[in-house]
Amino acid sequence: MTETFTPPTRFAVPGRIEVSAQAATSWQTATITEIRPETPRAATVRLAVPVWAGHVPGQHLMLRLTAEDGYAAQRHYSIASAPDDSGHIELTLDHVAGGEVSGWFHTVARPGDRVEVRGPLSGFFAWPGDRPALLIGAGSGVVPLMSMVRHHRARGLDVPLRLLVSARSPEELIYAREYGAETTPVFTRSAPTGLPVGRMSAAHVAPLLAERPPGGWEAYVCGSNGFAEHASRLLVAAGQPVDRIRIERFG
Amino acid sequence: MHVTRGFTGRPRVHNPGLPPGQYDAGDDWPVLSAEVTPDLAAEEWTFRIDGLVAEPRSWTWDEAHALPASVYEGDIHCVTSWSKFGVRFGGVSLDAFWDAVGPLESATHVVAYSHTGYTTNLPLADLRGGRAWIAWEYDDRPLAPEHGGPARLLVPHLYFWKSAKWIAGLRVLDHDEPGFWERNGYHDRGNPWEEQRYSGD
Repeated sequence: MTETFTPPTRFAVPGRIEVSAQAATSWQTATITEIRPETPRAATVRLAVPVWAGHVPGQHLMLRLTAEDGYAAQRHYSIASAPDDSGHIELTLDHVAGGEVSGWFHTVARPGDRVEVRGPLSGFFAWPGDRPALLIGAGSGVVPLMSMVRHHRARGLDVPLRLLVSARSPEELIYAREYGAETTPVFTRSAPTGLPVGRMSAAHVAPLLAERPPGGWEAYVCGSNGFAEHASRLLVAAGQPVDRIRIERFG
Repeated sequence: MHVTRGFTGRPRVHNPGLPPGQYDAGDDWPVLSAEVTPDLAAEEWTFRIDGLVAEPRSWTWDEAHALPASVYEGDIHCVTSWSKFGVRFGGVSLDAFWDAVGPLESATHVVAYSHTGYTTNLPLADLRGGRAWIAWEYDDRPLAPEHGGPARLLVPHLYFWKSAKWIAGLRVLDHDEPGFWERNGYHDRGNPWEEQRYSGD
């Protein structure tokens, strides 16, 4: 045997978690128990899953819809709910223009319908709640981050956590009523009276880096590729180590 | 298989080039890297092959460009379910690099690593025989940084996470060692035609 290979550069090594190969492999049939609107374009779907091994906040699953002729469409969706023992999980889906899967959820689905899921998947964009977390999301990129916020709250964790969330307008801010002192919203098109309108900037990121806890932040960025590129550059410019930034991009 | 009530899906297109569970992304080319896109100039880029080879060596941008040019025209497939048809990458076949270093008889696997620290593992056989490239052009233009420029590994017959962006080197081994996604639940080989998405598929 040759030696174990370690790359000369490493990133986001601490905190990666093991994934259950069995959970990742098996498809199971989940039942929709609730659908509730979050914004005009996004809705939360609550699913009863027969055997849910539990997830770590930030993880996603694969979801599959099958037509009568056997045609199947599968997509990855982040899990929005915090891990609990309810046997249920929640997803929050944007209504994508022309999207065959999100379109079905937004126009056809109702409680009692059944879909197939496998997961939870991926141990990288995951936060077990063990280290200070700086979360930056835009649009429905806030979904996996909200699982972390909810977990932080549900467990009463005292490890620092901050959320910077960008939305076009107050109406399009997903989970608007749930945010607390940990969250700073940024509005890009229209804002409530008294709040500025504009893109996320160094002025939003710098104060969070200035109040970095001992040992520093683990940063999690989620959104479109354009947003992820922008936000990750802001973080690096503000002094966040590049190897402690985890990114999940839509696609 | 469970039929979903009221689900019809998009119009069926017979496309023998589409692996199971994939859809045609059309003109889109999603970016899915898990790390910050590095600020890496072509002049700073280097590529190294070492481990179980007769003559380990490194190439600069200019040295790599002195090797015979080679083009891949075909399709690429991402594990997140999109496929992209009729892409055109320009670069150098990995075979030209293998000819220079000479893999040893004992070599079986490779860990490809990026300038960011990303890693992915591949059987050596998947990187030989005209099936893998170091690519620096897309559609005859320099490869964009978010897509792995200045240069990326290109192994189009496997899911695209195997085609490491910002490629820095290949370590040749006599055993298999899981890379970044492979340690995070993804399949060891990632053959889209066998739908090898996750560990255990």
